[in-house]
Amino acid sequence: MTDLHTHAEDVAAQFSDHLDLTVDEVEERLDNLVNEYRVPVDEARRSVVNSYLDEAGLERDALGGGGNASVGLAEIDQDEQWLDVTAKVVELWEARSDSVAQVGLLGDETGTTKFVAFETSDLPELEAGTVYRLENLVTDEYQGNFSVKLNRTTTITEVDEDIDVGDDAETVEGALVDIQSGSGLIKRCPEDDCTRVLQNGRCSEHGDVDGEFDLRIKGVLDDGEAVHEVIFDRESTEALTGTTLAEAKDMAMDALDTTVVADEMRTGTLGRYYRVSGPQFGRYVLVDEFERLSDPVDAEAALIEARSI
Amino acid sequence: MSQAPTREVARRVFAREFNDASHTFKESEDERAPVYLLLPTGERANRVFLVGTLTEKEDVGEGDEYWRGRIVDPTGTFFVYAGQYQPDAASTLRDLEPPAYVAVVGKPRTYETDDGSVNVSVRPESITAVDSATRDRWVAEAAQRTLERVETFEDESNEYARMAREEYDLPVDDYRPMALSALEGLDESDELGSDDGGIDAPAEP
Repeated sequence: MTDLHTHAEDVAAQFSDHLDLTVDEVEERLDNLVNEYRVPVDEARRSVVNSYLDEAGLERDALGGGGNASVGLAEIDQDEQWLDVTAKVVELWEARSDSVAQVGLLGDETGTTKFVAFETSDLPELEAGTVYRLENLVTDEYQGNFSVKLNRTTTITEVDEDIDVGDDAETVEGALVDIQSGSGLIKRCPEDDCTRVLQNGRCSEHGDVDGEFDLRIKGVLDDGEAVHEVIFDRESTEALTGTTLAEAKDMAMDALDTTVVADEMRTGTLGRYYRVSGPQFGRYVLVDEFERLSDPVDAEAALIEARSI
Repeated sequence: MSQAPTREVARRVFAREFNDASHTFKESEDERAPVYLLLPTGERANRVFLVGTLTEKEDVGEGDEYWRGRIVDPTGTFFVYAGQYQPDAASTLRDLEPPAYVAVVGKPRTYETDDGSVNVSVRPESITAVDSATRDRWVAEAAQRTLERVETFEDESNEYARMAREEYDLPVDDYRPMALSALEGLDESDELGSDDGGIDAPAEP
């Protein structure tokens, strides 16, 4: 059973700047709801907090500290949850929209998650590689992926410590059942910080450009229960297929056709079993390491296990 | 907000169970909704992944090339048809010399014959030549998935098992010994392989 007293202390602390509350009176109101009216603790706390917000003439957003969850960045699994974190700015990305002040990756011991700060929030700029105490962030969900948003009530305090950002690599395995279009020998936009893959020599941002050759594989691993989309970058594509970028260019030159490269890759890899690991990015696992599962199966062990099913 | 349709998983099913299936269905009225083959062990399959031995191939097309391959697993034979709309798979079949181990990703297709029985075949998305280790891994995997389906067939929440009971009159328990004997087949070929007295030979329990 959750300790009402602890909740009461939290709530009283949350309002310490705004109302003159004692822990006892908060606890009494919580106790009344929980034990008299059978309201679940979370709901009771919410309702008590709301009534104090009214009393103080505050918006929920204005509450700092205390009441927010402390959840590891890689463990966020709720939308619109208020959080306090101590995290390192792992990467800053280029904002693709004028309304976005900063976007990038925050990391803590559990792993990383995307963050967004909006222009309207008027916050101090975060610097890459620096650790901050960030209070009053709110989580956001898009197609099953979670991120955190900074807002105008977010407090940012630089912390003089370093964080070992956790490795939240995903490991997936299965048969490689598809190599999708956009794989093999591709061309990327050469503009600074633009690595978009060209379609018919055109970058969707920069128009007709003289692209730079690269190798990649967008593949699908399937274990019969679930599918995982994976991306092999140039290095891992070369290791997977045994074909270097230079060799791929030669092949394409000989055939006067770049698609021969992907075809050759399909012949050499489709239908085989692989285990890959790397960070999850959107719906893709970006392959850092992979292993071909080519060991003979231990039929005896499989049989013993199967007989036990 | 429209979400990209999720890719259908490739089921692992042995040839015997695959060929026992006949009922297909859609989950929605939408013309482009995926068509599923109902597996007798109570699962829906819009895509399959199989590995076996290509034992025969034949161009059965009249005019245009239309390749039929027979692919054998420990329980039976898959029929694979590839024509002009599956150019990669068709050219692989044309080039391969049976016998050869092949991996196939494809869609189940049903065809009603004149006598009213239903034939099931695979329309391949890809066919690739693979090695025997990949084939063995697939047999072990297909056996495990089959046993899991048989095991959960009686679960009340298993809607495709319920559908299978309505559509088929098949002794589902028979797929269990089938899967076990496929695994036993692997075990035997293992023992043959270790006849040279390799020190890694598994100890008998």
